[in-house]
Amino acid sequence: MTLTRTPVSSPPAPPAPGRPAKRRARLGRQDGAAHVFMAPWLVGLVVITLIPMIASLYLSFTDYNILSAPTFVGTENYERMLDDSRFWSSARVTLVYVLVSVPLQLAFALALALVLDKGLRGLAIYRSAYYLPSLLGTSVAVAVLWRQIFGHDGLVNHALGFFGIEGTNWLQNPSTALSTLIVLNVWTFGSPMVIFLAGLRQLPEELYEAARVDGASVLRQFMSITVPLLTPIIFFNLILQTIGSFQAFTQAHVVSGGTGGPVDSTLFYTLYVYQQAFVNFDMGYASALAWVLLAVIAVITAGHFLLSRYWVFYGDSDD
Amino acid sequence: MTDQTLARPGSPTTSERAGDRTAPSSAARSRRRNEILRHTGLIVFGLVMLYPLIWMAVSAFKPSHLVLTDPGIIPTELTLENFRQGWYVAGYPFVVFFGNSLVLALSSIVGNLISCSLTAYALARLNFRARKLYFGIVLVSVMLPMHATLIPQYIVFSELDLVNTFVPLVLPKFLATDAFFVFLMIQFIRGIPRELDQAAWLDGAGPFRVFWYVILPLMRPALVTTTIFTFIWTWNDFFGQLIYLTEAPVFTVPVALNALVDSQSSQGTGTLLAMSLLSLLPILCFFAFAQKHLIRGISTTGLK
Repeated sequence: MTLTRTPVSSPPAPPAPGRPAKRRARLGRQDGAAHVFMAPWLVGLVVITLIPMIASLYLSFTDYNILSAPTFVGTENYERMLDDSRFWSSARVTLVYVLVSVPLQLAFALALALVLDKGLRGLAIYRSAYYLPSLLGTSVAVAVLWRQIFGHDGLVNHALGFFGIEGTNWLQNPSTALSTLIVLNVWTFGSPMVIFLAGLRQLPEELYEAARVDGASVLRQFMSITVPLLTPIIFFNLILQTIGSFQAFTQAHVVSGGTGGPVDSTLFYTLYVYQQAFVNFDMGYASALAWVLLAVIAVITAGHFLLSRYWVFYGDSDD
Repeated sequence: MTDQTLARPGSPTTSERAGDRTAPSSAARSRRRNEILRHTGLIVFGLVMLYPLIWMAVSAFKPSHLVLTDPGIIPTELTLENFRQGWYVAGYPFVVFFGNSLVLALSSIVGNLISCSLTAYALARLNFRARKLYFGIVLVSVMLPMHATLIPQYIVFSELDLVNTFVPLVLPKFLATDAFFVFLMIQFIRGIPRELDQAAWLDGAGPFRVFWYVILPLMRPALVTTTIFTFIWTWNDFFGQLIYLTEAPVFTVPVALNALVDSQSSQGTGTLLAMSLLSLLPILCFFAFAQKHLIRGISTTGLK
């Protein structure tokens, strides 16, 4: 096949002038077809995404309660945030949630992936069992379950009682309520774990063999081979889980009965946006809150990408 | 093991192997002990992780007064009373909510399959102006939080009197707004050898026939992954459904379950757990029958 093709493609190189033009014309013809294929997406991009985003930005500078027309109020909504203690507590709760649960979740995912990786019998069974919580973790049902587990007579206190420790009502106590949701997020480490496992499969065995020949310890192999080669996947999981955790909503809504209590200790940022928009119908303020969330996620994601240059190792192939 | 030794009689390891054979027991035994230790650790850890789910499944069948007093997972009395008590929410039987969730999930699947595969084909295979820019937009929109567009969307849908219908939840799927699946399919199509569609091009097939007869059949694994994850995400989604579905006849399972929690005064823990278990059944079925696809799905999306 290559033999027949090479002579065909190389000789016409001299009469080049006509060929690239013709080729471009043929490629250009796909402009129309491409836009037909992409029509649904393009319509969605404009109607479902771009216009609403701009509208939302505009609304964030207005006072709007749906019933009467929006009135322009300048930056009032944004100034209001500065004095809004609930805004600050929701921001703090969300940050703590993301900063604590994401690293813990990834650490569990990587640790378990490493234990499962090395030719273990029954790998498929363990992998499935550990993965199951990821599938269920964001459902209302599991949030309901969490309410029962961490309640006063719940499983956790029964288990603690077994060791003679008196537990509190974890969900009613402002200093422990958030940690139950962090535990819930860490519990769903299965999906990053599966991604890590797939990544570990791709690492070239020769490197480990060479390291063993050179007498490198297991720890050294881990630090010098596994971690560097796995950084793209660590990065991918980090981005994915960070963005996802910023938008967590269901757990907090169900566990606190929609209030974010006790004492706003589980008032996730998205829950606060929801309350302002769909309980108070303060659409202008809610839009401003949503845009702040968008800006924060954008800045953090961009920051991750900028920092990734210093620690993510992409090897020398460009694919 | 013996095969290997025989196959490489001249290799330097043979002598070591021969030496091993005289005292294999201690090394083999310690390796075995390690293996057992590792399995024990993994099983115990797995049980601790899954205990809440097992407990939920068992408690759903326990009489309500025993659910909280007896944390064990071996039931002493079994009953279906919990399911009977939770079956009606706001005057409607739970089967209505199951039907609603199913309709919503199936139409979302159809929407995603059609719109995302069309878009992905164009972005992966066709040549047109600003293709790189469009691809960049897909990547960015994967990360875009829904809150950025939520409020104006809600206002428009409520102006159009479409709140309490499935339109606000399904229409975006037909417009490929789940950019994640577009991205997944693009990556998959890129892995299909170009020779295949070039052959079809040479036979005179246009982009539509290439898509329909060559690409679409070959991208079945990506379509299966999309189907499964669209189902699970739609089934679990709460935020969108909570906002757009406010009347009992259109409640989906998560919204109905949430309503049941709110009316908890009359409901016992057993009832809540029973209905929670019921609501998870479709996902557990998917998990049981399609887990190979699930695992492969995340593995490949993670690895581009």
